[in-house]
Amino acid sequence: MIQINQLSKKYKGAEGFSVSELDLNIDEKEIFGLLGPNGAGKTTLISMLSSLIKPTSGSFSINGLTYQENKKELKQLIGIVPQEYALYPSLTAFENLSYFGSTYNLKGKALKEKIHELLETLGLSNFANKKISTFSGGMKRRINLIASILHEPKVLFLDEPTVGVDVQSKNVIIEHLKQLNAAGTTMIYTSHHLNEAEDFCSRVAIIDNGKIITKGKPKDLVSSFEDARNLEDVFLAITGKALRDHA
Amino acid sequence: MHKLWASTYKEFLLLTRDLGGLAVLFLMPLLLVITITIIQDGTFKTLKETKIPVLWVDQDQGDIAKTIYQGLTESNTLELIEETSETEAASLVNKGDFQLAIVIPENLSKDLAKKVNENVTGMLAKFGLEEDSIAPPKTILSPKEVRLYFDPATQYTFKSSIKNGIDQMIAKVETQSIYKAFQEQVTDDPSEIIFDTESFITFKEIGPEDSEKAVIPNSTQHNIPAWALFAIFFIILPLSINMVKEKNQGTFVRLRTNPISYATVLGGKTLVYLCVSLLQFGLMLLIGVYLFPNIGLPKLDVAGKVPMLFVVAFFAGLAAIGLGLLLGTIAKSQEQSAPFGATFIVILAALGGVWVPVFAMPSFMQTLSKLSPMNWGLEAFYDVFLRNVGLSELLPEISLLFLFFVATAAIAIVYNERKNAV
Repeated sequence: MIQINQLSKKYKGAEGFSVSELDLNIDEKEIFGLLGPNGAGKTTLISMLSSLIKPTSGSFSINGLTYQENKKELKQLIGIVPQEYALYPSLTAFENLSYFGSTYNLKGKALKEKIHELLETLGLSNFANKKISTFSGGMKRRINLIASILHEPKVLFLDEPTVGVDVQSKNVIIEHLKQLNAAGTTMIYTSHHLNEAEDFCSRVAIIDNGKIITKGKPKDLVSSFEDARNLEDVFLAITGKALRDHA
Repeated sequence: MHKLWASTYKEFLLLTRDLGGLAVLFLMPLLLVITITIIQDGTFKTLKETKIPVLWVDQDQGDIAKTIYQGLTESNTLELIEETSETEAASLVNKGDFQLAIVIPENLSKDLAKKVNENVTGMLAKFGLEEDSIAPPKTILSPKEVRLYFDPATQYTFKSSIKNGIDQMIAKVETQSIYKAFQEQVTDDPSEIIFDTESFITFKEIGPEDSEKAVIPNSTQHNIPAWALFAIFFIILPLSINMVKEKNQGTFVRLRTNPISYATVLGGKTLVYLCVSLLQFGLMLLIGVYLFPNIGLPKLDVAGKVPMLFVVAFFAGLAAIGLGLLLGTIAKSQEQSAPFGATFIVILAALGGVWVPVFAMPSFMQTLSKLSPMNWGLEAFYDVFLRNVGLSELLPEISLLFLFFVATAAIAIVYNERKNAV
């Protein structure tokens, strides 16, 4: 589904590469977790795959399509749940979703029904006509997710979709994502919640300094490390315990 | 088309949800036009109705001082306050208590009369009209100067008009003295009028020749187009701030990953902000027509000109929006867009002739002013308001405004594409 070949990114003025000669294949219907400390290159990789930044070198394709040749089709194929709340605070939930849905050519009754269906599923049907500025963090995260899946994307990029939300909201989000995956959506997910990733992802890659250090099924990775009880132990064993404060 | 409509509707919602911002968007330009028109109209009225207090130091105590005093008093522009000491008068002016002190020098009347009499007698002697036909020897008189003390903060235009006024008055007094001297020499009967001392040459202001109902330009006819244009261009600020906000909120990031073109996003903004510009302009016309006469300002005459005025406002609005789109695309923060936008509008307005007429600018600035879209807009408005031209005469100016919009919007799109190319 996603083929990445020798993909690199070096930001202007940066000393090193944020992503360095990265090779990766992600299969259809996978939930692939990109795990790594701050500044490891997770968001940079997702940003390249979702057309937000230009790679320095290398290439990738999604479902056989590239941005250089099939930009429009590819944008219609993917969905992105960004790390920040990418919503208009002064508009209501319904107005935000109507607008973002219309950018995917959704319109009329079909769009309206889809919005109400997803609001219902994610427990927000009573808040459709409330402004986003009045929402809690968990509610905004759920609207952020809905805005990215209205058009039923084949590939969904999730950049820390549950960061800063309450347990209930996190549970609703993860459960819905599992349903989407079951329905055929391939997902690329980044998170610092390693327990969540261990449970949620079919495969993970631990990435540091722009390179993949190891990858595999969470259970296999845990069993391959002596004394590792969970993915967090594996993660610390690979990336070390030194702080990774990043400016 | 569906995406353009959705973008337009979204922009409409964003604008109407910020009621404070919307009020500022409409009320501030109106306040600006009202304030400027009252001030500028007041400048004319000040000269007609309000008297400026001026210190009067009469060291002459003669006829000329009396004539100048009378002339200045009758002009109804100055209130003369008598002061005996020139030093004290100069000190009061220097402190800013008075704008001006006029000092009439000692023996001005006496010496001028003597000088004129000697000149006239000498001239008549040359013609052989005097009994002895020999001109009497001339007395050596020191030149006289009327001293004007101005407050250092006094504006050049005021100084200039006062100097010109007094100069004219003195010239008239001198001329009348010469006539009087001739009269006295030629006839012994003072009731016999030999010379007609009334001005022979007068001025008449002629308006546009093709209009029988030619509008005599007043402060409203000048101010509404100039400041309406200024207000139209101020749309740059909210528009660029709206775009920078989208970047900061993250919504622009989402739009970049969605299958919607940047041109469509800008199209939505253009349509909404163009409507705002036209509404702003319409409101300005309405206050000029209906409010101004009720607050003592001249009424704005728009008879038969409304469609043409809106044509100009439409293209001026487009030019302003193009600039706003470009600024919003390039700026990374409100701290960049707001001060730059505000200052740039003021520069464009200054270059465009909103404050100082282009013809009064240095030649280099006159050339530069031709590059300001505000100059094109202002000329187009003046063409409609004051010169009564038709659409064909407006074409050069509105074409330039349209091309400016196309160019700035295209640069914004290309810049965005290049910056975000993948």
